[in-house]
Amino acid sequence: MQPRMKFGVLYSRVRVEEKWIFGALEKRGIDYERLDDRSIHFDLDHSASWQQYDVVLERSLSYNSGLYALRLLNAFGVPTVNTAAVAEVCGDKLMTSAALARDGVPQPHNAVAFSPEAALEAIEAFGYPVVLKPVVGSWGRLLAKINDRDAAEAVLEHKSTLGSVQHSVFYIQEYIEKPGRDIRAIVIGDSVLTAMYRKSEHWITNTARGGEGELCPITPDIEDLCLRAAKSVGGGVLAVDLVEHPEKGLVVNEINHTMEFHTMQPVSGVDIAGEIVEYAMSVAREYA
Amino acid sequence: MATVSCPECAAELTLVEGTEVGELIVCSDCGVDLEVTSLQPAAVQLAPREEEDWGE
Repeated sequence: MQPRMKFGVLYSRVRVEEKWIFGALEKRGIDYERLDDRSIHFDLDHSASWQQYDVVLERSLSYNSGLYALRLLNAFGVPTVNTAAVAEVCGDKLMTSAALARDGVPQPHNAVAFSPEAALEAIEAFGYPVVLKPVVGSWGRLLAKINDRDAAEAVLEHKSTLGSVQHSVFYIQEYIEKPGRDIRAIVIGDSVLTAMYRKSEHWITNTARGGEGELCPITPDIEDLCLRAAKSVGGGVLAVDLVEHPEKGLVVNEINHTMEFHTMQPVSGVDIAGEIVEYAMSVAREYA
Repeated sequence: MATVSCPECAAELTLVEGTEVGELIVCSDCGVDLEVTSLQPAAVQLAPREEEDWGE
């Protein structure tokens, strides 16, 4: 008889997604421990307590906490979903863009600069409007649509003066006239599980910002692009965000590695939490 | 069902069945985000503010 599998679930808050994941684990009779990232600590001389886990599923809200926990767990030889390497790439928009560029995966035109002066020069070369995004962060926060040089100068000065050091990595992206929606697809392993349009009158279409979800058929183009994007960042449990570019067609906007799916699961009827647990079980078996 | 008092406005709130420790609830009176910190006895505290690196 195979020894019983032991899961760890690293989390910050019990959102509805975590409730569904806990429920999926319980339904399968899997022994698991809830690891609140505000309560745990890692003693680097004593990794054995962590090595009891066959796999740890990372669901931290904080990118830094999640990333460092994954790095430590992977260093201890504990399999994780996702891996630290994937979190490193997906949690940083510039790293994601670099991976996609390396692999020739279509994406919006992006540029980066490290000073307000160089950023202004890059923005002027793009032409207006452009979008400035923080390299780390989510839920559509602190995105700035820059319509002219005056706005560019003001936002760049604010970012360099008021922002943390990371805000002086100026990530510049072309503004895309999208058809009032973007597409989010859930990729788990080698399969595109489901996809959803996120509709909004606002240029920021995140459902966290009030965008509405509607089922999107998985066309061969969507499937191919999502799988290429997922492979480019290392694969695992991912949400690939696509935009319909008026000239380039479908492009990959960003990839999330600890995605929320509170809209997606009911809209699609797909048991995403269950699929995540099944995938984590396969990772645990692979490393057993 | 357990009840708790909102630390912001003192409203009496009922924790619905299935509530979990670590879950966020919203005070129906003042709208503040509260985190459930215990079920037995039921307790809540003001949820921490969103940090810059939070997200999905």
